[in-house]
Amino acid sequence: MKCRVCRGPAVVDVRRANANFCPEHFVRFCTEQVSRAIAEFDMLDPDDRVLVAVSGGKDSLAVWDLLTRMGYSADGLYVGLGIGDYSDTSAEHARRFAAERDLHLIEVDLPGEYGYDIPTGAATARRAPCSVCGTSKRHLFDAAAIDGGYDVLVTGHNLDDEAAVLFGNVLRWQTEYLARQLPVLPAANGFPKKVKPLVRLSERDMAAFCIVTGIDYLVDECPMSAGNKHLGYKDALNDIELVSPGTKSDFYFSFLRRAAALFRDAVAESPDHEPIGICTRCGAPSGSDVCAFCRILEKATSQPVELTSRPSREPEAHT
Amino acid sequence: MGNVRVSLRNPTRTETVQGPLLVSVLLDRLALNRESVLVVRNRELIPGDTMLDDGDEVEIRPVISGGAT
Repeated sequence: MKCRVCRGPAVVDVRRANANFCPEHFVRFCTEQVSRAIAEFDMLDPDDRVLVAVSGGKDSLAVWDLLTRMGYSADGLYVGLGIGDYSDTSAEHARRFAAERDLHLIEVDLPGEYGYDIPTGAATARRAPCSVCGTSKRHLFDAAAIDGGYDVLVTGHNLDDEAAVLFGNVLRWQTEYLARQLPVLPAANGFPKKVKPLVRLSERDMAAFCIVTGIDYLVDECPMSAGNKHLGYKDALNDIELVSPGTKSDFYFSFLRRAAALFRDAVAESPDHEPIGICTRCGAPSGSDVCAFCRILEKATSQPVELTSRPSREPEAHT
Repeated sequence: MGNVRVSLRNPTRTETVQGPLLVSVLLDRLALNRESVLVVRNRELIPGDTMLDDGDEVEIRPVISGGAT
């Protein structure tokens, strides 16, 4: 197997691109794909202050690495979720990555600062752990980005993540979710701008990128994700990809080109569309009186949430 | 003819496979989707056309992760 660029020995194949790469040119390929995504979807300006949500896994460390290689000023944000040894180990990976590169890592500890962990939150809210985890992380990511004055919040969602979520949303025709499944969400209604620079790269690409660049990421899967339906969707899509390379990419990018705007317009014009207000508990933007995060918090800690010291955010402040 | 030691995850285990054999054949023999894994030897990626033989130790690393975020 030879590198498409230099004809030297290749170590990784990218079948959807009908290409093989040596380590050096694979890193260049990944960098080019991120650069192309940033330009195509107007994700970042060169002078933006960037906050990268970091889990200690391959995708978030890879995107942080790629953005700093490309010259962006990017800090990291790690949220401790209280999932036993898994959280302890993931934090070590994030801290080590930041320390080795002299990067700034912000840490938020969910149990220490809010009084609940993901297992407790899921049990008391009677929701799937991944659902409670997602709600909690999104709230804390948003708050950290706004409060820290960052221009953009970056997440490590890759092509497989986006294709799997799209697959699930299409299976159930979740039109509200389809309207929002974009690689860029502009700052609006008190939410920060959010971007996904890895949408042109697969999960396998990102694991390979970490190996060839020596990024020491947490390989083990979260113990609470067993049975998660999105993992099943990824397996199903990879079965299709095996016999038809490029299917995941076509599925996702054809959706963006041909269908995303239709869902966005339909939802915006729907009489059921809820305007964004402010959570009466924490001041975060919310479609209901009490935001989803505060509802979990109230159940998990068995007490009403008082207004935090964090100042309330006006919906128009960041548009 | 030799033995190739193969480390796998989910669950974590080690298997011994008769060599020589190609990495791509190893994945087929273990019924693994090549889109879902990478093969690592001595901390370096090895492609599907690499021949494995006696004394080789390889890690088959899953690449799928994440819940609903």
